Amino acid sequence: MPSVLPDGEPVPHDGSLPAPALAGAADRPLGFYLHVPYCATRCGYCDFNTYTATELRGSGGVLASRDNYAQTLVDEVRLARKVLGDDPRQVETVFVGGGTPTLLAAADLGRMLAAIRDEFGLADGAEITTEANPESVDPAYLAQLRASGFNRVSFGMQSARQHVLKILDRTHTPGRPEACVSEARAAGFDHVNLDLIYGTPGESDEDWQASLDAAIAAGPDHVSAYALIVEEGTQLARRIRRGEIPMTDDDVHADRYLMAEETLSAAGFGWYEVSNWATSVPGRCRHNELYWRGADWWGAGPGAHSHVGGVRWWNVKHPGAYAQALAEGRSPGAGREVLSAEDRRVERILLELRLAQGCPLELLAPAGARAAARAVSDGLLQSEPYAEGRAVLTLRGRLLADAVVRDLVD
Amino acid sequence: MPATPTHVPEPSRTDPALIRNFCIIAHIDHGKSTLADRMLQLTGVVEQRQMRAQYLDRMDIERERGITIKSQAVRLPWAPTTGDGEGTTHVLNMIDTPGHVDFTYEVSRSLAACEGTILLVDAAQGIEAQTLANLYLALENDLTIIPVLNKIDLPAAQPEKYAAELAHIIGCDPSEVLKVSAKTGEGVAELLNKVVAEVPPPVGVADAPARAMIFDSVYDSYRGVVTYVKVVDGQLSKRERIQMMSTGAAHELLEIGVSSPEMTASDGLGVGEVGYLITGVKDVRQSKVGDTVTQLHKGATEALGGYKDPKPMVFSGLYPLDGSDYPELRDALDKLQLNDAALVYEPETSAALGFGFRVGFLGLLHLDVIRERLEREFGLDLIATAPNVVYRVIMEDGTECTVTNPSEFPTGKIAEVYEPMVRATVLAPSEFVGAIMELCQSRRGNLLGMDYLSEDRVELRYTLPLAEIVFDFFDQLKSKTRGYASLDYEPTGEQTSELVKVDILLHGDKVDAFSAILHKDKAYAYGVRMAGKLRELIPRQQFEVPIQAAIGSRVIARETVRAIRKDVLAKCYGGDISRKRKLLEKQKEGKKRMKMVGAVEVPQEAFIAALSTDEGDSKGKK
Ligand SMILES: Nc1nc2c(ncn2[C@@H]2O[C@H](COP(=O)(O)OP(=O)(O)O)[C@@H](O)[C@H]2O)c(=O)[nH]1
Ligand SMILES: C[S@@+](CC[C@H](N)C(=O)[O-])C[C@H]1O[C@@H](n2cnc3c(N)ncnc32)[C@H](O)[C@@H]1O
Ligand code: SF4
Ligand SMILES: [Mg+2]
Repeated sequence: MPSVLPDGEPVPHDGSLPAPALAGAADRPLGFYLHVPYCATRCGYCDFNTYTATELRGSGGVLASRDNYAQTLVDEVRLARKVLGDDPRQVETVFVGGGTPTLLAAADLGRMLAAIRDEFGLADGAEITTEANPESVDPAYLAQLRASGFNRVSFGMQSARQHVLKILDRTHTPGRPEACVSEARAAGFDHVNLDLIYGTPGESDEDWQASLDAAIAAGPDHVSAYALIVEEGTQLARRIRRGEIPMTDDDVHADRYLMAEETLSAAGFGWYEVSNWATSVPGRCRHNELYWRGADWWGAGPGAHSHVGGVRWWNVKHPGAYAQALAEGRSPGAGREVLSAEDRRVERILLELRLAQGCPLELLAPAGARAAARAVSDGLLQSEPYAEGRAVLTLRGRLLADAVVRDLVD
Repeated sequence: MPATPTHVPEPSRTDPALIRNFCIIAHIDHGKSTLADRMLQLTGVVEQRQMRAQYLDRMDIERERGITIKSQAVRLPWAPTTGDGEGTTHVLNMIDTPGHVDFTYEVSRSLAACEGTILLVDAAQGIEAQTLANLYLALENDLTIIPVLNKIDLPAAQPEKYAAELAHIIGCDPSEVLKVSAKTGEGVAELLNKVVAEVPPPVGVADAPARAMIFDSVYDSYRGVVTYVKVVDGQLSKRERIQMMSTGAAHELLEIGVSSPEMTASDGLGVGEVGYLITGVKDVRQSKVGDTVTQLHKGATEALGGYKDPKPMVFSGLYPLDGSDYPELRDALDKLQLNDAALVYEPETSAALGFGFRVGFLGLLHLDVIRERLEREFGLDLIATAPNVVYRVIMEDGTECTVTNPSEFPTGKIAEVYEPMVRATVLAPSEFVGAIMELCQSRRGNLLGMDYLSEDRVELRYTLPLAEIVFDFFDQLKSKTRGYASLDYEPTGEQTSELVKVDILLHGDKVDAFSAILHKDKAYAYGVRMAGKLRELIPRQQFEVPIQAAIGSRVIARETVRAIRKDVLAKCYGGDISRKRKLLEKQKEGKKRMKMVGAVEVPQEAFIAALSTDEGDSKGKK
């Protein structure tokens, strides 16, 4: 079951933004997120806005269908052009995520990217990523993606162990994600990521170590490692509630995180965000950084979130309703939020603190500044950057980041 | 229906020889209210169409819980259909007694206003401990006892068995036990005849200064305090000035009259009569149960005996869940006190619970009733600390202090500590004797004696420290006897005991709400239990939190809440930053609701859960 959208004020029919949102835009990078809301089957832990063919049958009709999706999305890219008006920016990053983007034909992903190139232009060295499920691609598909302009691919590996993949309802076989990395390299991708999940019920320290080792051996230049979150309303949450599978203890998550940090850094990966490691600065996911740095991005697709100059908005969730809106020439925006100065300050702390660069201390109010000093003496913030005016988490602080944020925003 | 009696004597002009003052002693649910209803109907004071069940029970909570807390008196005309007084209209004053152990003093005053009592027992249940205790009180007051078995219409009734039991207890012949059904009305007329025949009329000196005993005092929002009295000597007349003999306070008599059963003004009340007074006082503490009323002018000089100030026996801290409700709590207690002379309270501050009151109660039921009224009638959400008793502490230097709050237990060199004791009576089927003895033993009880009431029912008498029964004794007793045992207790002074104060410390800081005074042999178990409970309830903090139970500086139990190691959501919600910020706002709200004990954040729910009993609630149902 996909998670719910926030409450907010309505978005105007034409999707127009309040004028201040575009002020000074030229100084901020602009990115595009393209959502593809389809999956072959739903993984038990997943609450992303995605739908299987069965879930869509009988709801939303032809409009919601996968076959027309690329065209619908292109319509939103054109809408974005209208809304952003004479904004001169070229696009720095594009990220196609899901769902499972690779359920669409490679040509469809190419068309979507082409629309952005046509309407906005792609900056020199733009980062163009797509997520890909390991079982859904082959060398030919990857070559086609590469040819249409994609230069980064992110595979959902999750684990190297069959029994863990099984609990997660993953359909690929162990070894397949590693093979994907080689195929992507062969197709000419410079940047390849593997997503891992740790702390799945039934996963042992040894299983996790094996997953880390296998991921590293496959040779990606980026690894994302997420603690399994049991999201409300998911099949996994129900199974745990019924006692069919045990809940993972938070201390186990902490231990696994430390294992990830140790193994990845020994292999030459450096953390740059709480859950993300890369072998080099160019290997980092610039699109991801854009989220954490409060930059501008347009999120196209059902349920996608956007941010431009202090205005956050989100689209209707259902692919049918989404397509319907665009077919009628309306913005698919479901609600938006115009951030106050205080909201933006809080968000900056919330987001930037997760980065290895941390956040500047001048963002903090007096109470927050006192809390930061305490956090340094408690070993949650690093003292050297602190002396230079930045709040940067220590390893222990990364594990307690949300608690540190709660104190620093005071 | 008998004809409405003729020549009904009027108040203030009633020959004492025609008066019968009686009450009904019964266990809850044995049918007292139903029997009273039948009597109201049979004597014609309440017309059939006005009759509603349990006419005399006024308060909602009473009605729901079947507890009669406030007694009152009804004047009933009755011309016996048999016997000596046949055809002569008599005046029966039925005085309702509170049914529960906590109100023993009020019961004793109601009994003192009577010359006879109906001992009403459910024919399917047999007598219960509180009934027995009240029966003994009645015997001490020299009342004539009329044994009655009720509910004989029930298929499960065993009138022969319980008639024998009653006869054995009061020493009469089983054939003298009346058998009635308050439900059908069967035997009720005979019962009224028997009241006239057997209960002696009141005797007093008619031409002496008036002396009337207050046996109840009730606050009414329209009329102020309504005081119920029995005139022992002399006469009280309307528009007279009267005096309360315990305090010397004088009041105008705004109204005098009788309830039949609605309040009806009269010219006055004469010897042996029972009725009400209204003086305009606003607070029952100015018109106290047990006090003697006389005329201000040429009044009596000697009060009737037996007056006692109500003394709180059990204390508990009451705190509003939401600190901003403190003024509402104070107002509510003020209002309840208008009607409850036994309720005492004073402001108290707890580091853990904030601002509240230390409230004194007569006993556990009193505590439950007050707490429930505060929550229900005044819409307050409360936290109550574990009930405790009053200790008298003598220091080595001879100074003495009274402790009503465990956290105030002195720390210096203590010579002796006195704790209040009770004499408890337990009635139960004999198969449970072992279990009951075991329980009482574990509560530091001392067996005084044991009697068989009938072949299979026993009475056990114990002295027990009050502190040992205030918490969950009754629940334990019920569960060990499958609900069959009944309990009564009365205070019997104090005794020195080896008592210690156990403190609970979180990260080195005392949590005042959890301090307890216990016998030294029980301190360890308490410490272990509380520390264990708190370890489950206190959320993990960024540092390790030791939980200690200590007597003075000696630690007797220890637990640790491990430091939290992970508090971060690792997943990125596809750019849904609004959701992340809302989550943060929610967490900040939660943080605000935390109470700080030193450096430790404790959710209020943890305090509530730690203060509640494990064995389920101890609510009433006694
Ligand atoms: N069958 C039967 N039920 C009765 C009789 N007297 C009272 N009851 C029921 O017993 C319950 C308790 O009666 P109540 O008068 O409230 O008892 P109280 O608590 O002593 O005032 C009620 O449900 C009555 O209806 C009786 O004579 N026969
Ligand atoms: C947008 S999702 C899905 C991408 C792609 N469909 C896949 O599953 O490989 C990106 C990543 O989020 C992570 N993820 C999804 N749900 C999660 C959860 N409940 N807890 C932790 N990580 C999760 C997984 O590692 C997943 O690869
Ligand atoms: S494949 Fe990815 S997006 Fe689809 S259900 Fe599984 S985790 Fe969610
Ligand atoms: Mg009743």
